[in-house]
Amino acid sequence: MIFWRAIAVAALAATTSALLAGEIPPDARRSGYSFMSPDTRAMQDDDTSNPGMLFVLDGEALWGRKVGSADKACADCHGDARSSMKGVAARYPAFDRTLGRPVTLDQRINLCRANHQQASSLPYEGHDILALSAFVAHQSRGVAITTGDDPQLIAFVEQGRSLFMQREGQLNLACTNCHDDNFDKHLAGSPITQGQPTGYPLYRLEWQTLGSLERRLRSCMTGVRAQAYEYGAPELVALELYLMSRARGMPMETPAVRP
Amino acid sequence: MAALINVPSKAKRGDIIEIRTLTSHIMETGFRRTMDGALVPRDIITSFTCRYNGTEIFRADLFPAIAANPYLSFFTIAKESGKLEFEWIGDNGYSSRASASITVE
Repeated sequence: MIFWRAIAVAALAATTSALLAGEIPPDARRSGYSFMSPDTRAMQDDDTSNPGMLFVLDGEALWGRKVGSADKACADCHGDARSSMKGVAARYPAFDRTLGRPVTLDQRINLCRANHQQASSLPYEGHDILALSAFVAHQSRGVAITTGDDPQLIAFVEQGRSLFMQREGQLNLACTNCHDDNFDKHLAGSPITQGQPTGYPLYRLEWQTLGSLERRLRSCMTGVRAQAYEYGAPELVALELYLMSRARGMPMETPAVRP
Repeated sequence: MAALINVPSKAKRGDIIEIRTLTSHIMETGFRRTMDGALVPRDIITSFTCRYNGTEIFRADLFPAIAANPYLSFFTIAKESGKLEFEWIGDNGYSSRASASITVE
């Protein structure tokens, strides 16, 4: 009897692990774009009214500028970003063999600066790192996200997933409580989205500037009155990795505009 | 500084055309303070001008309440082929220019 019960429990566990209650089925996933007002959508759609494109232009200039003691520009190794960077941002965060852990696109740019350009690393959320990552990610606009395909990342995606499910802060809320269970409702007048990170780095009208996914995650953590992880913390990278793998197959929108 | 200009490349003589401009600027209001109470000095664009083949067709004064990366759109009548020149002037000697050409048939 106990034996059969154990089998029943195991079978139940096997079916539920694939799709936990509350998780969004793949065909019900929606970009934050679909939650926006027509005005904000129009702003994102027109490249001459999308302020994120200003950063893409700056990033293009930085791409060709020689820096560091190696006196090399990004373009000296990677050539024309239009072909060499197409689809790259759509698979980040990606596994770095030397470090043995996933790195974000921003971290990859700084690794490149340190290893190949012998240049100082750019501070998180600074204008230059955002401009460069917006320029690189813009080359993947319309490309389907493939993050998480790498089997070496499984443990890290799982870590991100458990962080997403874990309640935290004085409000004792997990990411999943809003972004899986209550999307399409409102919080203080603003729509709650599914938290699909399709357009980062993106221009938030509230910030009046471009910002990274890590900035967004940190704001959410402050919102539930939790202590936010530092920029570049392994936990933030794991969360970013989980969110990107959760949005696998959705097209990139960089630079998106969000209210 | 980076600027994005949207002007139709071709127009018929007498057509009303829309001109849209977006430029990057932090538009620091001068009212904000840092964590230790020091006032962040004002740094805004104060004036924008558009010239159509040398003739001024649009001018705007900008103020601290205007958001970062100001977006301006306005209309004019397509009279002749030529060049539209844009200029943004601001605090601390800030000056930025851009231009676009139009063919009028």
